[in-house]
Amino acid sequence: MSSVSASAGSAGSAVPDLAERAALAAVVEDRSVVVCCGSGGVGKTTVSATFALAAARAGRRACVVTVDPARRLADALGVQSLPNTPTEVAGEWPGHLFALMLDSKGTFDDLVQRYARTPEQAESILANRLYQNLAGALSGTQEYMAMEKLYELVHSDEFDIVVVDTPPTRNALDLLDAPRRLTRFLENRLFRALLVPTRMSLRAVGMATQALLRTISKVAGAEIVQDAVAFFQAFEGMEDGFRTRATAVHDLLADPATAYVLVTSARPDAVEEAGFFASKLSEREVAVAALVVNRIAPSFGTADAAASPPPGVDAVPELEPLEANLAELNVVAAREAASYAGLAAQVAPAPIGRIPLFGYDVHELAGLERAADCLFG
Amino acid sequence: MDVGTFCAQSHVLVMAGKGGVGKTTMSAAVARMAADVGKSVLIIELEGKSGITAAFGREGDLGYDEEVLGGSVRARRLTPDDALVEYLEDHGLKRVSKRLAHSGVLDVVSTAIPGIRDVLVLGKIKQLERERVADLIVVDAPATGHAITFLTSARGMVDAARGGPLRTQAQDVVDLLSDPARCRVMLVTLPEELPVSETIESAYTLEDKAGVQLGPVIVNACDPEPIGLDRPAAEVVAATARVGSGGMTLEVPPAHVAALEEARLFRLARHGVSAEQVQRLSRELPLPHLLVPSIDAPRIGLAETLVLADALATAVTSLVPEGAT
Repeated sequence: MSSVSASAGSAGSAVPDLAERAALAAVVEDRSVVVCCGSGGVGKTTVSATFALAAARAGRRACVVTVDPARRLADALGVQSLPNTPTEVAGEWPGHLFALMLDSKGTFDDLVQRYARTPEQAESILANRLYQNLAGALSGTQEYMAMEKLYELVHSDEFDIVVVDTPPTRNALDLLDAPRRLTRFLENRLFRALLVPTRMSLRAVGMATQALLRTISKVAGAEIVQDAVAFFQAFEGMEDGFRTRATAVHDLLADPATAYVLVTSARPDAVEEAGFFASKLSEREVAVAALVVNRIAPSFGTADAAASPPPGVDAVPELEPLEANLAELNVVAAREAASYAGLAAQVAPAPIGRIPLFGYDVHELAGLERAADCLFG
Repeated sequence: MDVGTFCAQSHVLVMAGKGGVGKTTMSAAVARMAADVGKSVLIIELEGKSGITAAFGREGDLGYDEEVLGGSVRARRLTPDDALVEYLEDHGLKRVSKRLAHSGVLDVVSTAIPGIRDVLVLGKIKQLERERVADLIVVDAPATGHAITFLTSARGMVDAARGGPLRTQAQDVVDLLSDPARCRVMLVTLPEELPVSETIESAYTLEDKAGVQLGPVIVNACDPEPIGLDRPAAEVVAATARVGSGGMTLEVPPAHVAALEEARLFRLARHGVSAEQVQRLSRELPLPHLLVPSIDAPRIGLAETLVLADALATAVTSLVPEGAT
């Protein structure tokens, strides 16, 4: 396959602004926590890896946490074989680049082991059926575990900068509130009440709660209620540890030093989603540190004379397909360049990084280096 | 295959695929295509999805109640909480239903029984299918990872639950999903590496684990075949200048020739990626394809949906009828 692509310089709207580049570079040079967020299919994983790579190029020890990377990118980063463990990516840069593929369930298991008072307690939780389903079934668990892993790596003091890719989320609050959601689940009033019968008579449980429990047993089967009781019993005494940890993770996410990088493609629906995401972030007074627009259709021939056909060309039918192709690509490029102007204003003064659509798909280190060139020079 | 025949193959079409491949757009196009051959269609939008109204030139989000989107196409939303409330009401538990749905209990119960949300939602779809509320029900499903869980959860529950009304419900859902005359899944993808890989993987998983019949794969946003771009721009310019149209010598500035050439190579490269991925899909997944061209529009409104529905109908027409191979 040809490795041809539009050179960044020829993409008219994407001529890099030096101040913007410096501001983008500051994110990878100065920050220690970077969260890449946005909707699905916009290339968050690629952008996260690109930021970590740029940090390594700047001489830092960088680690990127990827969530569900595409196989070829995972191969390129070498994260397939050892999930949840930082693996160094070999390359010619002054710093170090590590990558890790998130194992949501494994991260949760580690947490349980950390906060269990005895090995027996950890064991009984890990064996509980409800617990085993928790990682997959409770919405927000994967988000929380990504953030938990981020927290762990940040506090390991092994890295100068940790970049985390996030699961596709439409609503920024799902991400910011994920730590709380889990503790809220563990503190569910109804199931707290379930623990009471172990100490007092069932009569002490409210009538309404009894009715609910009976309903659940009737519809879903009594084993489920038993599992739940066992689960919450097993967790007894650990909630405090979990809550403290969740609060710490939450504080890290809310810390002004944590840089949020909003990733989008230039397609109108993706831009719209990113705008929604940004508005939710600003509701929480969380600033967007940078906006990255990925896969922007490139334009060709920056000067007018180069882009528009010279007089007399109409008379040459052989040139027509070439002219039509150039004109068509430039129309799409102009539209895409305009598509995110509103979003750019919304997140101002955040710098904007632009990665053009290349003639090939980015899933190898060379592609990441190319993307890093576009963003950081 | 005749479009009418295609749309009558099964009562429910579940549109599934990776995030960002255009499932909602394709759901709208399939619905419109079916309506164009005289079918009544109900689009069901699941939790976490939006945008179907815009594809029919309307504003606002869908609600629980059905809404006419145009002609014989209607649409509604369906969330697990709605489905739970209805389910409990249908089982004589109206009094506690609202409380159960809003007390966070569903979160706890759905953790205990993974997939209860999905079974409730699919159970409701099954009920609508049984009542034949429309000739065709189009389900705009969640992104693939979730779609797999969504479609396999009923089977898991049948295996796990010993009895009770929920098991019956799950069995009914399994019956729906495994009967191609009632339900099929159409995967939507893009002619790009990641979406194609994911489509291939999920197709096998869906067949094996969910036991569903897969319809043709929709490959959305295919680059049109480049025509007249086979020769380098400089060569074309040189040749035309030499011939000299009517004795004139054409002056083409070198910068323009360079722009033409860059644009040409870019188009060929992107088309190469696209064609290579479609080929890979054919090689690795023995399912027919419906290639839908990329459309040059800033966003999908009614006009675009009509164009896509036509393109889809054209692609369906060239499908080989089942059993003919």
